[in-house]
Amino acid sequence: MSKLANEQMKPETQNSKPETQNPKPKTQNPSPFQVDENGYYGNFGGAFIPEMLYPNVEELRQRYLGIMAEPSFQQEFQQLLKDYVGRPSPLYFAKRLSEKYQTNIFLKREDLNHTGAHKVNNTLGQILLAKRLGKQKIIAETGAGQHGVATATVCALMGMECIVYMGEVDIARQRPNVERMLMLGAQVIPALTGSRTLKDATNEAMRHWINHPTDTHYIIGSVVGPHPYPDMVARFQSVISEEMRWQLKAQTGRENPDYILACVGGGSNAAGAFYHYLDEEEVKLVAVEAAGHGVHTDKSAATTFLGKVGILHGSKTLLMQTADGQVIEPHSISAGLDYPGIGPIYAHLKEKGRAIFLSATDAESIEAGFLLAEMEGIIPAIESAHALAALDQLDFQASDVVVVNLSGRGDKDLQTYIEWKKKRNE
Amino acid sequence: MNRIKSCFQQTDRPILNIFFTAGFPRLEDTRRIIRSLDRAGVDMIEIGIPFSDPIADGPTIQHSSKLALDNGMSLKLLFEQLEGLREDTGIPILLMGYLNPVMQFGMDNFLEKCAETGIDGLILPDLPISEYEKNYQQAFQKNGLSNIFLISPTTAENRIRKIDALSEGFIYMVSSSSTTGKTSGLSAKQLAYFERVNAMALENPRLIGFGIKDAESFRQASAYARGAIIGSAFVKMLEGSLDLEGDILGFVKSLKG
Repeated sequence: MSKLANEQMKPETQNSKPETQNPKPKTQNPSPFQVDENGYYGNFGGAFIPEMLYPNVEELRQRYLGIMAEPSFQQEFQQLLKDYVGRPSPLYFAKRLSEKYQTNIFLKREDLNHTGAHKVNNTLGQILLAKRLGKQKIIAETGAGQHGVATATVCALMGMECIVYMGEVDIARQRPNVERMLMLGAQVIPALTGSRTLKDATNEAMRHWINHPTDTHYIIGSVVGPHPYPDMVARFQSVISEEMRWQLKAQTGRENPDYILACVGGGSNAAGAFYHYLDEEEVKLVAVEAAGHGVHTDKSAATTFLGKVGILHGSKTLLMQTADGQVIEPHSISAGLDYPGIGPIYAHLKEKGRAIFLSATDAESIEAGFLLAEMEGIIPAIESAHALAALDQLDFQASDVVVVNLSGRGDKDLQTYIEWKKKRNE
Repeated sequence: MNRIKSCFQQTDRPILNIFFTAGFPRLEDTRRIIRSLDRAGVDMIEIGIPFSDPIADGPTIQHSSKLALDNGMSLKLLFEQLEGLREDTGIPILLMGYLNPVMQFGMDNFLEKCAETGIDGLILPDLPISEYEKNYQQAFQKNGLSNIFLISPTTAENRIRKIDALSEGFIYMVSSSSTTGKTSGLSAKQLAYFERVNAMALENPRLIGFGIKDAESFRQASAYARGAIIGSAFVKMLEGSLDLEGDILGFVKSLKG
């Protein structure tokens, strides 16, 4: 039998999309957990931006849903997600990890996407949108460099000019991603103000946008920023939970898991993993924040535990800040999670009690990363390792179906893992 | 009559509004700078409330904000420093700041404190018009405070009209699509934008800000509006100053002749 025939005779595997794709939401009623017509998630969100940014953000607000609904947009987006990104990403039953935790753990393998993380789902969507808005240039902010790489990648793909702002501190600790962005033709500009990390890179990108309002689109990498960004990014990332539904159905017989765990900095991978389950109350949504040295130390990034309502980067949300309203520099060993704010949807989910908020320390997360490498042969990004670390904090039933969104791979973090191991062995 | 309105009515000369960051260069300089500006003959003063993440500001004002915060400046302390303000000066005083520190202070509390202190108007660049109308307009009016809105070269005409209708005092006309402190001179494109807005015959007077830095740009801007706002150039001068009173007098003199 030829190889080709053999392929064709294979039964449909878990990762080939069944015919009944894109199931419609069960209810047409607007979800209480989705953004409302004013750009708010309950009491959070909005668009708190200087007038200089108003025309850009307003144009985006008026057009994003229309453009995303265009058949030509969907056709191009879906084709590229499949052929370029490599979607659907597998839903992998982690047998040995499941045995350890005495339950059924599935890993949603966003780490296997092109560029190594979920970030590309969003950058691809936004660059196609930017093209339809007639923009010629792209700017982005990046923390760990994953969003920067994903942006530089799609800019190369579309032949568009790309500038990525990155904190000077992050440039030093995520050098491989800087080299990747440069090889992809992007210009990487260090943010030299404040803590010189993600928050400051975002400030610089916003300032750049104020200075270049007409020809430039700003690809924000997370579900943060002024409306419509949180909703737009969540929609582009929602492909994660859309796939999870049919993959779970095929593998477990039911669409709804008992738990979904995802790490949250700004919150884009969790927003995608939760998206189609927000109204499914039996699904426990677990958001895992970075506790740094510990939630109650002054080196943490656990915003929902430490933050108060505030406004940063155009959005009303929970924010780590002083009593006087100055933004506090967060800490996490993972450059992708040390953001002092959080997507406004999480402030809302917390207030409504719809999600469980946990946190994992630097140490717990690194150890969880080693555990996954040793038990499943997968080296996770340190960001994603935070979600894995939270497995220790939950009591699972043997029959539970638990999905961990493995948002990125750990190649970029090798140096940090190695140094940690060296220290541990000393 | 409100001090901002009478300021525009009392004179036909160009209005000079000077911005500085509270708590910079030294924590205790706030009142000294106000007194010196008043004595030097400026028409209006804008006091910046420092914030850790000033996204509409360029490097100069970012830097002054950071130093002011390092010096220990806070909104609470600023109000303490401004007690008895009206013994020092009769000209309009505005506070400019980002929303987050104001929110933590409490908007109602903030507005009452402003009224009590003798502040005339507020510039909160990240407070959107819709939020202002819905949540804060009444409280501003109750406390006799003018909310000063910004317009930029990309603001659409119908939105400028809306801002004009909502404004009391003046409109802050951002001179170009930029953050504060851009140092290139005024371009033909900017002048065309000034003319376009001029031709709209708005109810409120306009002051042009961002990139106005010396006598030449002040004169040019004043030809298209009632006057201008100078921030970064003044802040930069303050940082190197060994004689605040003398240098402020010289700076203002160089602008007004």
